[in-house]
Amino acid sequence: MDVTTATAREIASAVAAKSISAVEIAEATIAQVARVDGELGAYLTTTPELMREHAAQVDARIAAGETLPLAGVPIAIKDNMCVRGTRTTCGSKILEHWVAPYTGTAVQRLLDVGALPIGKTNMDEFAMGSSCENSALGVTRNPYDRDRVPGGSSGGSAAAVGGFAATVSLGSDTGGSIREPAAFCNVVGFKPTYGRVSRYGLVAFASSLDQIGPFARTVEDAALVYDAMAGKDPHDATSVDIPVESTADHLRTDLRGLRVGIVKEFATSDLGAEADACYRAAYAELEKLGAELVEVELPTAKYGLATYYLIAPAECSSNLARFDGVRYGLRVDGADVGEMYEKTRAAGFGPEVKRRILIGTYALSSGYYDAYYVKAQKARTKIAADFARAFEKCDLIASPAASTPAFGFNAKSDPVAMYLMDYYTIPVSLAGLPSLSVPCGAVVPEGGTHPMPMGLQLASPLFSERLLLGAAHAYETATKHAEKLAPRVAVTP
Amino acid sequence: MASDRIDVPHVAKLARLALTPDEAERFGGQLASLLTFVDELRELDTESVAATAQVIESRNVVRPDTVVPGLSREDALAGAPAAQIGFFRVPKIIAAAD
Repeated sequence: MDVTTATAREIASAVAAKSISAVEIAEATIAQVARVDGELGAYLTTTPELMREHAAQVDARIAAGETLPLAGVPIAIKDNMCVRGTRTTCGSKILEHWVAPYTGTAVQRLLDVGALPIGKTNMDEFAMGSSCENSALGVTRNPYDRDRVPGGSSGGSAAAVGGFAATVSLGSDTGGSIREPAAFCNVVGFKPTYGRVSRYGLVAFASSLDQIGPFARTVEDAALVYDAMAGKDPHDATSVDIPVESTADHLRTDLRGLRVGIVKEFATSDLGAEADACYRAAYAELEKLGAELVEVELPTAKYGLATYYLIAPAECSSNLARFDGVRYGLRVDGADVGEMYEKTRAAGFGPEVKRRILIGTYALSSGYYDAYYVKAQKARTKIAADFARAFEKCDLIASPAASTPAFGFNAKSDPVAMYLMDYYTIPVSLAGLPSLSVPCGAVVPEGGTHPMPMGLQLASPLFSERLLLGAAHAYETATKHAEKLAPRVAVTP
Repeated sequence: MASDRIDVPHVAKLARLALTPDEAERFGGQLASLLTFVDELRELDTESVAATAQVIESRNVVRPDTVVPGLSREDALAGAPAAQIGFFRVPKIIAAAD
């Protein structure tokens, strides 16, 4: 078995059958990351000793007869999730040297069933961005064109899986931060229903939207990771206490009997002829697999971006108030305690985080609260109601995952231009729905020399992860789009 | 122009964020254009609509009132910029009496 290209399912089966040890998998992965990550920059921190330690434990547990669904599966972890004893930076100078004192629930659940932690991946600072360029700690490159961004905010986690420097990885998605980089890096990226996966140990950005989810090279692998980490956690009061439907054992091979909604307001003709053709072909493929295509309307979805860019900054300004030089990370001294707060935050946060703190503080401030924050919360109600109405006519909604393929570095100097990348993912996030991006072809981007990956977003009703992953698996195995592209890093499989 | 919409120094004060004059100028312009962008929400009729704080309904979530192990004091203080005798250490907050 080639450890670098194997799926999580293949690795776990081989380790269970004792045809390879977790220790061998760990060593092969450590060597592969050393070979390719100089070109990718996916990792901010690697944890080879921790990986070896876990591998030895997995081998001992397998020898003792235990069944571990993710036995020996190498996993990369976005650097906003706590792993005890490992630095957790959020891509920010303010936490550059902060070491987490505990391990978050999602990560812990994966380690408990045999996953091996490779390291912590780069991200836009505090998950605010769509290109990974807002990281204060490093540059991550797209494995399919190193002159282009990997997407964001979970850019490192997407690049690690897309560039074969991890088998699977964890990201977090607030407005598209798993789905957009997945589309850019030719991998599957899945955001479960809000509340499905515990946020305990995930550094908060916008608490009513943040959700942890997996990246993988196959839908089945994403389903395996999801199954292992979903479910109520007493440490997160917003985690939902509804029984979890397993997904990996309910994958579909066709879409017969399913109605797929194509959104009237999301006309792909605006995205250029090639992208338009790509998405039309994807919709036709869904139909060929037995789905009935129906037109649905989301009349308020166009207000999604405006709604999101009030709600998310408002919550971020509140959540990030805790970084004041007292309990975590950086402190810059001042003449008094107030000046210490102001100087610490000025030195520790980058421009995008400052912009969002300012806009959020403004939207929550006296005199503007009703006009901005409450107004956005009401718009959110209407957007969620639009989706509920649409799902009376269909079982799944299909759309582009991102507005364009991966773009070049420094291509989006205007913050609002960057925000537009998430036009299709943000309304889904505001409604809390489960959704994913699955590779759906390739298009030569503006100024590009070769085709770059494209992602199809599928979304489904609250808590219907089984349906969503099942359908995505049928699409993926029938089309095999991801396999048609090879990453452009020096050591390719 | 920026100051027409948003008093950046005042908001920065509320946010406990020291800005250089250059940042205040740049952010002022960017925030003004972002506010123009979100202004499109005004055309949306939300007269009889309830606000959504989060989409998954949850009532008060409580746990059994039993003692369970938590983060140790040493662990909680380990990441602090300054700690002393088991506490976070901060600059003096109360001015000395004359």
